Amino acid sequence: MIQYTIKEGVVVLDINMEGYPMNVLNEHSIKALGEAIERALADEAAKGIVITSSRKEFVAGADLNMLQQSADIETTYQMIRRLHDIFRRMETGRKPVVAAINGTALGGGYELALACHRRIALNHEKIQIGLPETQIGLFPGGGGTQRLPRLIGIEPAMQLILQAKRMNPKEALKAGLVDELADTREELLRKAIDWALANPSVLQPYDEIDKKGRVVGKKNYKIPGGNVQSPKGVQTFMAGTALLVQKVHFNYPAAHAVLRCMYEGLQVPIDLGLDIEAKYFAKIAQTKEAKNMIRTLFFAMNEANKGAAAPQGVEPREVKKVGILGAGMMGSGIAYVSAMAGIEVVLKDVSVEKAEKGKDYSRELLKKRVARGKMTQEQAEKVLALIRPTADAADLAGCDLVIEAVFEDRELKYKVTQEAEAFLDERAVFASNTSTLPITSLAEASRRPEQFIGLHFFSPVDKMMLVEIIKGKQTNDYALATAIAYVQKIRKTPIVVNDSRGFYTSRCFGTYTSEGITMLSEGIVPALIEHAGEQAGMPVGPLEVADAVNLDLIYKVGKQTEKDTGLSFSSLPEGKVIIKFVEELGRTGRRDKKGFYEYPENEPKRLWAGLKELFPPKAEQPPIEELKKRLLYRQAVEAARCFEEGVVRTRRDADVGSILAWGFPPYTGGALSFIDYVGIQRFVAELERLANTYGERFAPTEALREAAAKNDYAGYVNRWK
Amino acid sequence: MDVYIYEALRTPRGKGKPDGALHATQPVHLLTTLLCELRERLQFNTAEIDDFIAGCVTPIGEQGADIARTAVLAAGYAETVTGVQINRFCSSGLEAINMAAAYIAAGQAQLMIAGGVESMSRVPMGSDGGALFTSPEIVGELQIVPQGISADLIATKYGYDRRQLDAFAVESHKRAAKAWAEGYFKRSVVPVKDILGHVVLDKDETVRPDTSLEIMSTLPPSFAMMGQMAGLDALAIEKYPEIERIEHVHHAGNSSGIVDGAAVVLLGNKAMGEKLGLKPRARIKAFTTCGSEPTIMLTGPIPATEKLLKRTGMQISDIDLFEVNEAFAVVPMLYMDTFNIPRDKVNVNGGAIAMGHPLGATGAILLNTLVDELERRQLGTGLVTLCIGGGMGIATLVEMV
Repeated sequence: MIQYTIKEGVVVLDINMEGYPMNVLNEHSIKALGEAIERALADEAAKGIVITSSRKEFVAGADLNMLQQSADIETTYQMIRRLHDIFRRMETGRKPVVAAINGTALGGGYELALACHRRIALNHEKIQIGLPETQIGLFPGGGGTQRLPRLIGIEPAMQLILQAKRMNPKEALKAGLVDELADTREELLRKAIDWALANPSVLQPYDEIDKKGRVVGKKNYKIPGGNVQSPKGVQTFMAGTALLVQKVHFNYPAAHAVLRCMYEGLQVPIDLGLDIEAKYFAKIAQTKEAKNMIRTLFFAMNEANKGAAAPQGVEPREVKKVGILGAGMMGSGIAYVSAMAGIEVVLKDVSVEKAEKGKDYSRELLKKRVARGKMTQEQAEKVLALIRPTADAADLAGCDLVIEAVFEDRELKYKVTQEAEAFLDERAVFASNTSTLPITSLAEASRRPEQFIGLHFFSPVDKMMLVEIIKGKQTNDYALATAIAYVQKIRKTPIVVNDSRGFYTSRCFGTYTSEGITMLSEGIVPALIEHAGEQAGMPVGPLEVADAVNLDLIYKVGKQTEKDTGLSFSSLPEGKVIIKFVEELGRTGRRDKKGFYEYPENEPKRLWAGLKELFPPKAEQPPIEELKKRLLYRQAVEAARCFEEGVVRTRRDADVGSILAWGFPPYTGGALSFIDYVGIQRFVAELERLANTYGERFAPTEALREAAAKNDYAGYVNRWK
Repeated sequence: MDVYIYEALRTPRGKGKPDGALHATQPVHLLTTLLCELRERLQFNTAEIDDFIAGCVTPIGEQGADIARTAVLAAGYAETVTGVQINRFCSSGLEAINMAAAYIAAGQAQLMIAGGVESMSRVPMGSDGGALFTSPEIVGELQIVPQGISADLIATKYGYDRRQLDAFAVESHKRAAKAWAEGYFKRSVVPVKDILGHVVLDKDETVRPDTSLEIMSTLPPSFAMMGQMAGLDALAIEKYPEIERIEHVHHAGNSSGIVDGAAVVLLGNKAMGEKLGLKPRARIKAFTTCGSEPTIMLTGPIPATEKLLKRTGMQISDIDLFEVNEAFAVVPMLYMDTFNIPRDKVNVNGGAIAMGHPLGATGAILLNTLVDELERRQLGTGLVTLCIGGGMGIATLVEMV
């Protein structure tokens, strides 16, 4: 677990957790670390200690399995206390301890380094350093909220922790997270040993030796940039709190705990501060937010990224050359992310000029990357050279995969499918980036509908991490495996769904906007609707997002659905509003700068003043909690229906998809986990009430009712296993 | 037992900045100036005083360590006179008076001095910190925002636009200028002098008789930047989600001025007044405080007044004159509109927008101004009210005798 060797009078502790995919902090490694530290402190031959790893990473973080399984607050608290005891022994043992950060040091891994007297990092750009725990509903509980601000100041530490920032070694040096860089592993160890030998009786800046000769935390430690109760500190905490509420409202207890730990813990000596942090951490680790976020954003996301949805025993075709039909916004974006992954791209449009314009999109993005120092000019040119603009379908020859991203017009899609297929080999896969048209029907144009699949990208393609892969009725496992492998190659997260109107993501997302618009039609104050969406944890309010989608698109989809299914759009409350806006008022949304909002030049957008006359506010407005409930439950019940209908097949894909595609609040664990977040029985009872009050769209399914009756959520989500 | 006001004095108010006239004057000296003048004017034996209660909102540094006891000792009062410093934010000066009145009414004291002091140029507002404004737990969960954001929130919620507020502010200056010109403050204002006896300041320094709507319209909003950049608008809207955005309509011109100043009031029962041969000027009829929603914070005068009216069985129309602290223009405006009080009964000689708001002293200054004016107009009843940080209101009713 930890190898103990003495080099030039300095103990080198090499952390190497065999049997684990990564070095992590867990009960075993913590115990081994404690023993190694005691041995080194007692070892008369040892003048100092260097902590490093001969593996790729330093320590990747805490073992989330352990945290996920830890059953109660008290156990977690005691575990953290044991870790603090070891870290404090390192700090106060009167021997210099140096972290030789040879690889990624995140979360608990970086906190181990923080408890050393000096941090030296290998200068390799792939190495990540930082405290990203808030991303998964936790916060740095291994001393991070106490040591980092004491080291670099309250405000910078607060920002790094709340933004869950990961830095490369150069950035970490600049921010003060490490003291020094080394270019090679040899130099790293050399520098670490030299420093240990040169600094025999080092203390942490926040420690001192008391009258009895003991090392204790300073009573009046001066934090760089000002203490908590300094004018600067006071401002930092007020603004920090306000900005946090603005960003996350009260949905992420871990983020709020960061501020509390810093405020309370930085006003007392370090040992008391660490104890305060440990107590908050033990509570936060047991919150349902933490458990849900760890499950979905860590475990489920990793599974999805590793291609868990791929069919077993089918060899995918490796995509080395991709053809993209249509160089509009989506096509250009797909071309960019493909080229960035080293894939050769044939970007076809009706003219070379149009295709060139699509390539310009990559030029712009690459220029920015070079300007920001993320890439060299040579690297950028190499990426750009991979994209070949053309108007000639014959250039598609040799493509492993072709993705059409032309207008949402069935005839046009038929035409380009056939045109392209004429030049493709028999094993090439054809994909459509449609967001609305059923894949099975588009496949009818194909010579080999079993190799026809949906690849639903989101806009902007370079930023949105999800790709929704849609299986048509005839799509085979080979096409699916190839699509998943391609999505992995472009470093996006794949989820797999079955063909259905709106697939999974558009169908559920649509319920959010339509519920918001329905509220408007009921006379609920528009600002209240928007803030309800935001306070519920959605990225933007439903009216704003409807504007962004553009009301005429919602109109078109509504009309198309009416035509295809007979479901009357004009009789729905939101349908009436949309029809009025598009047909009568000509307010079609964001693109034309008028929708539910107005978009004046050089000024922030504002809710359109005319809403007041169109939808006179009711005298009695509902409490915001009720509106939040409507917005979230409406989406969740739709996700449950998709799940039961087999549109989305796993809890993993339902949850991950909901968060990445349309921003369903991560603190709930995702649209399906939301049921567990509120509790199956409460979920169903609330749905019944909402259905009685607002309509059948809220009605729970039979399967949900049964699961509630048995109080068996696990049985419900494992229905397809 | 009835409580009488025997005298009320105040210093002039100096601009609360390093170039303000009182910046070189120690805060305790502002109080001793008044205590000495009081003794001089009324020629009483200071040993008759039971206690001195002084409001001070930032009681740290040279305003710390019980500035009330410091002042009575420094003024050479009998050493039996105790002193206590209190803090209920902006109402502290009036709260001190109410407490003193309560002592007297309860028969536990016969003669008290109450008032307050604040040298905002020397001990900056907010420099005492406080969990209310700094602890993430409290700021976040209670959605506590700085008062300027609250004032703008009131204006947004109740629909006061900037022009209306500016018009109110211009009128405050005009009234203050007129009151000074006519000598209405003559009796109460005690000039502050230095050790050579030179007058340091003998009138309120921040009154601008020539201000206008045009001048007001050029001033930039004070709280827009902090509201937007520091997330404080969003924090307030978390509690008022029906509001799309906060309109930032308050600025340096229509908010109370930051100034240095002090005030004291001599209160006693009837027997003590007779013993010392003092003539009562007014009677404290009733007083109260009332909490209100802390995010919007500044609407407290309304429930405090309602509570007081209910207890005394009085109507708004029974009150002849009002002093409603002009913390921000919107505060007295909302108060007038809520109770339907004509402008010519409220802050008739201007207010804190023109003359400034020395936090710990203002409550006592307002009572002082009200008694002077009731006397001058020979009217019967007046009411003083102030909004208070943390979402509170205070109200005190006085009657002429």
